[in-house]
Amino acid sequence: MESRRDVFQAIADPTRRAILTLLAVQALTPGAIADNFKSSRQTISKHIRILAECELLKPEQNGREIYYHINANKMTEVAGFIEPFRKLWDDRFNKLETIMKTYKTKK
Amino acid sequence: MEQKTKINAEDGRQELVITREFDLPLELLFKAYVEPDIVEQWMGTKVLKLESKKHGGYQFETTDPKGNKHGFNGVIHEFSPNQKITRTFEMEHTRFGVQLEFLEFAKLTDDTSKLTMHIVYRSVALRDQMLQIGMAQGMNLAHNRLQAMVGKLK
Repeated sequence: MESRRDVFQAIADPTRRAILTLLAVQALTPGAIADNFKSSRQTISKHIRILAECELLKPEQNGREIYYHINANKMTEVAGFIEPFRKLWDDRFNKLETIMKTYKTKK
Repeated sequence: MEQKTKINAEDGRQELVITREFDLPLELLFKAYVEPDIVEQWMGTKVLKLESKKHGGYQFETTDPKGNKHGFNGVIHEFSPNQKITRTFEMEHTRFGVQLEFLEFAKLTDDTSKLTMHIVYRSVALRDQMLQIGMAQGMNLAHNRLQAMVGKLK
């Protein structure tokens, strides 16, 4: 349970959630991750370390560089695999429905 | 309350199915996929090109809060008004590659309709990665719910 709580604490931070969002698209080096934020490299390194410690991120050695990518299995455990994806589409479709209802009344 | 949008993604398969019932007549639902200015509104993207016909293509471009532009494009294989759109979809400059989408539109009543979106990915791994993107984007939304769960664990 202890490590599980750490996972929730890990994603409670907006910067760490932003890092996860970045890495969902592609694996990046710590430097490349830091380039996306105004915070110092040390601050970002600390966030990366916390995410890696609770296994949300996995490091992968590629030559001299370390790339971090998202650990899918751990993410599944935290958020439920489908729900956010479903919510994304649900929001879009709700918007579509609202727009078309106005469209209908305008005619 | 029953969910209006449903996702069916079975383990170990390279496809998923999204279904949604709309409080809209079929014609209006279909129009939302055809009219560029309407697509722009609900998809939250800029429509650079949208040729709604067989052998047509489309190109979308979204700008993220940092000002980076992200391109999406595809070609249309089949276009039957108020019935069916078969198309490809690709996020440009990513490693996800192309996916195949079968969109089926059906009339339920005069005022309601249903969309079935069947998406096929190149591999199981790619499908799961696409779900992860949703997960990361949805994480901010899901966070409140998670916080409530954490409260219970403590």
